[in-house]
Amino acid sequence: MRGFVIKEFFHIFRDYRSMLILFGMPVVQVLLFGFAITNEINDAEIAVLDYSKDNITQEITNKITSSGYFILNKNLEHEGQVAEEFRKGNIKEVIVFEDNFAKKLEKNHSAQIQILSDASDPNTANLLTSYTSGIIRNYQQQKFSEFSLPVEIKPESIMLYNPELKSVFMFVPGTITIILMLVSAMMTSISIAKEKEMGTMEVLLVSPLKPWQIIVGKVMPYVLLSFVNAITILLMGFFVFGMPVQGSVILLLLESLLFIVMALSLGIYISTVSSSQQIAMLLSMFALMLPTILLSGFIFPIENMPEILQWISHLMPSKWFIIIVKDIMLKGVGILYVWKETLIIILMTVFFIFLSVKKFKIRLE
Amino acid sequence: MNYPVAIKNVSKSYRKVKALSNISFEVNKGELFGIIGPDGAGKSTLFRILVTLLKPDEGEAFVEGYNVVNQFKEIRKIVGYMPGRFSLYQDLSVEENMNFFASIFKTTVKENYHLVKDIYSQIEPFKTRLAGKLSGGMKQKLALSCALIHSPTVLFLDEPTTGVDAVSRKEFWEMLQRLKQQGITILVSTPYMDEAGLCDRVALIQNGEIMEIDSPEGIIGNYTKNLYKVKTDKMFEIINDLRDYQYTDTAYRFGDSIHFTSKQENPDSDELLSYLQGKGHDNVQINEIKPDVEDCFMALM
Repeated sequence: MRGFVIKEFFHIFRDYRSMLILFGMPVVQVLLFGFAITNEINDAEIAVLDYSKDNITQEITNKITSSGYFILNKNLEHEGQVAEEFRKGNIKEVIVFEDNFAKKLEKNHSAQIQILSDASDPNTANLLTSYTSGIIRNYQQQKFSEFSLPVEIKPESIMLYNPELKSVFMFVPGTITIILMLVSAMMTSISIAKEKEMGTMEVLLVSPLKPWQIIVGKVMPYVLLSFVNAITILLMGFFVFGMPVQGSVILLLLESLLFIVMALSLGIYISTVSSSQQIAMLLSMFALMLPTILLSGFIFPIENMPEILQWISHLMPSKWFIIIVKDIMLKGVGILYVWKETLIIILMTVFFIFLSVKKFKIRLE
Repeated sequence: MNYPVAIKNVSKSYRKVKALSNISFEVNKGELFGIIGPDGAGKSTLFRILVTLLKPDEGEAFVEGYNVVNQFKEIRKIVGYMPGRFSLYQDLSVEENMNFFASIFKTTVKENYHLVKDIYSQIEPFKTRLAGKLSGGMKQKLALSCALIHSPTVLFLDEPTTGVDAVSRKEFWEMLQRLKQQGITILVSTPYMDEAGLCDRVALIQNGEIMEIDSPEGIIGNYTKNLYKVKTDKMFEIINDLRDYQYTDTAYRFGDSIHFTSKQENPDSDELLSYLQGKGHDNVQINEIKPDVEDCFMALM
């Protein structure tokens, strides 16, 4: 068993292509996805339509414009200007304060802010509104924390031109998912298929090794390397893009480990049904990569899909993992909130392991 | 029943193609047993059944008394198998391959070094070289070392000398002779008829059927015809001319000459000589020779 794992490491470290996939790709993907999205958040131009013009709306406006993310392009006077300004294309967001904002806040403990954003670029729109709401929430906490009664400023965000868009701020969760899926499933399926193709499987079979020993020996190095990858991506997310993990890091890593084992068992299953490296590669690409990217909600929101695709997306392990990672990283929730998704992945893992052990051929036919 | 290898009425088909039909034979302990036949004769299928990689459709096969279907786990512990294709890890070095194959049989190279010393010592100077970068002959030596490292009692070598140069082939057979002296039963397949003489007994196999099983001497002894070696200075036309000859039984190329047998009870070589001269051949040489295994094979076909 030890010999098998050592041998497997030799295979990986001596093949520059697998090294590139293992270690080059995560870095490149994180940087690509990260910068493609984050670049535009700096100095986004906005307009303000203030019906109230009191000290509180002024304070909020100042807070937003001094955050570094936004630049005030124009103060609007009436609603008709909003559409006009958006069409000019200079501004990406309009913040609307209702009239008598400060008074309503004092009397009703509630006032409304409307955030309109140009959702023809959905990712940016999403980021901008979440940043704006964040700033407003922050202001609210600082300003009214000494109040005994709860005070609520309700930011209401409206996505113009693409109203159904839901949050997709998730490049780190999405990238972790893709990388783990790719490294784990594709690399193992290829490496087992390679043994078949090179004829070495014949020799392995005519030895006292049991099927599970061959499988575990194959898989172990990839569990380790994938885990290293997951940590690398999290560190990059934190240091390069300032994306902290709100929840428990240990829980996140444990969930990642679970997902890795799931992907590996899927990879083994693929290898048991493919006879050559090419077939294994194609199967992984089409059966795993594309659905992972397209149907998991990583790029296209699941809520916008036709019902059949939504239904299919439930079968994507990556969908559930993205939910888990997002919840832990962004919302900071514990296991109690993601136990359902975790259970689904556990069940899928058991299913694929059962299937591949059953399908693993102890003979050549 | 105590044969190291016993096969009874084994048949095997791939879809519609019959690869083996009704094969039976036994191999004695410590015997060097050759399975000789052209490509596609069913040699590899037979080996794969014996090393438990394939199940026979009909019949039974036993290795050291274990059934290849039910008791495959026992067989996998005690046999050494060298597939027809070079099946070591090309991206591992000579030494790493050895260590790996020792480890999956729960032994070490050190422990069983005496078993492979004779062979492995020849490639040991290159032990840090990747297996994929070895020459054909050295690859075979490494593969044999890996197949021997766990001290198997029966060794299955599927076409070990195919694609190997003449000198390495000769060396390889010498190594097999020495292994035999250690008491290991060896089954070896080859398409080269000239290697048959190096085995204790051979099975001639063609289209999935065994045509004859005997010692090489026995097979040659069973050859009853008079065999002639024919040479002229017009070797290109001679085969057609011989086929037109009324008494020709067989005529086939053998190296730089033609091997000829006649339908006549007592062949008259003078008559053949005049026939060939009549066809315009000069310097005709006709000599009666002793057959070898290939001639026997051709006669059986």
